[in-house]
Amino acid sequence: MDLYLPIAEMSVNALVIVALGLGVGFLSGMFGVGGGFLTTPLLIFYGIPPAIAVASSATQVTGASVSGALNHYRAGGVDVKMGLVMVGGGLVGAAAGSLLFQRLQTIGQVDVVIGLTYVALLGTIGLLMLKESLAALRRLRSGAPAPRPTRRHHPLVAVLPWRMRFPRSGLYISPLAPFLIGALVGVLTVIMGVGGGFILVPAMLYLLGMAAATVVGTSLFQIVFVTAVTTLLHAVQSQTVDIVLAALLLVGGVVGAQLGARMAQRLAPERLRLALALLVLAVALRLLVGLTLTPSDLYSIETALA
Amino acid sequence: MRALLALLLALLPALARAAEPTLVADLSQSRIDISYRFAGEELLVFGAIQYPGGRLPADVPGIAIVIRGPAEPLTIRRKGRVLGIWVNREAVRFESAPGFYAVATSAPVDQLLDERNAAIYEIGLSYLQLSPATAVDPETGRRFQDGLLALRRKAGLYVEQPYGVRITADVLYRARIPIPSAVPVGDYRAEIYLIRDGRVRARATAPIIIDKTGFERAIWLFAHRHGFAYGLTAVALALGLGLAAGLAFARRG
Repeated sequence: MDLYLPIAEMSVNALVIVALGLGVGFLSGMFGVGGGFLTTPLLIFYGIPPAIAVASSATQVTGASVSGALNHYRAGGVDVKMGLVMVGGGLVGAAAGSLLFQRLQTIGQVDVVIGLTYVALLGTIGLLMLKESLAALRRLRSGAPAPRPTRRHHPLVAVLPWRMRFPRSGLYISPLAPFLIGALVGVLTVIMGVGGGFILVPAMLYLLGMAAATVVGTSLFQIVFVTAVTTLLHAVQSQTVDIVLAALLLVGGVVGAQLGARMAQRLAPERLRLALALLVLAVALRLLVGLTLTPSDLYSIETALA
Repeated sequence: MRALLALLLALLPALARAAEPTLVADLSQSRIDISYRFAGEELLVFGAIQYPGGRLPADVPGIAIVIRGPAEPLTIRRKGRVLGIWVNREAVRFESAPGFYAVATSAPVDQLLDERNAAIYEIGLSYLQLSPATAVDPETGRRFQDGLLALRRKAGLYVEQPYGVRITADVLYRARIPIPSAVPVGDYRAEIYLIRDGRVRARATAPIIIDKTGFERAIWLFAHRHGFAYGLTAVALALGLGLAAGLAFARRG
């Protein structure tokens, strides 16, 4: 079923886009991540102009995360105070990211910077997750007791000034740490179209030492706000949000996310983390190959519009 | 005698002009609307050659049909390897490149036209004048231009159809030009050239408008005129669909 996208200015097969949203939504619901790190590269691979893929993917992440954020909020799994600090950082990061994006665009290095950032981030996080989940599975098999989680924030976080109490997360730390993490993720949201859950969750667990019960909820809280603001930013600044493309992704994505969440309840969390680690590494590897393999087209066109 | 000669001389250009055939041209549509179902289109260009006095000449002239889209400045970048990674390195800016360019001819361009005429009228992809704005040597400019042509040909935005024009009974001509879905909107022009002995002898032009219509146009205008409200709508749509799916599944299970 061909459908013309008014902003991307091209015709796509609507069913393919809905299926893409469904697949990504399923994985994101299963693993509790937004799925932007899959949507953006897949859309670009399909032929959507990168700027539009990034912007519309951010819109899709908002929809994919809101229902989860609300569920966590109802269950008391959102540290609103911490979330607001991170959202504040996210907004600053988003603004900085959009300046960075424009700068990269004028020197023509957007694609390669996005590619390298993806490879570095996904590669590092994928490897860390792989190591952690394999160790967990080994423990499970040998029946050894899980080591007591060391709930301590990183020494770097401890030296920051102006400490503040975050009772929900059980923390007494400087708000600068979550603010900076939020800002970093905000930059990534703008230039890569990702929610950043795959960075937020490990950062909150291992850098801040937040209570596990509030980590996922608070990260979803931040993602909903920052991706929504990112959509607004792209819409005002570069008119790159294709609402038709986003709607197609959403229709598949929100249904897929629910199905995925259901599936997740039937699987062991250690296995889920192992599968997610492998998926993340596969995406990183694919992008790395794309950066190093001789491209079929050495030339690329950049119109004044983009 | 002298008066007669003067009269003949005065008439000569008129006679010569009258001796050249003229062109009649029409299009299957002078307006292409891009609606939500738009997946490309085929434009039919057709018409007739009118010979002076209705007499067919011994040698049938050639026809070239050019469809030209709105021109815009653009930058072509070329990737090079840096530390094993492919990075954009050199860039050449071109002042005006048509967003769409199709040429159909009754025989390959270099058989129909001499180089000078092909360049003057920009008939044939290799005769497009893209005017590089970056100071580069002609050889580099050529390489980048070839890169652009290859990319646009692959996207169906630059089309070259030798033998794309069919001439029936030496009088009627027609050509089908494929318009891809990714075609830029704007004012287009169809140019029809009558060619003999390597030179353009007559031409006719017809305007074409390609524009979004209905829903597509409304969305585009909304996005470009009211960016903030458009962004809010997109966010509201995302939140609405996300929450609706959450509710629907919560109720079911």
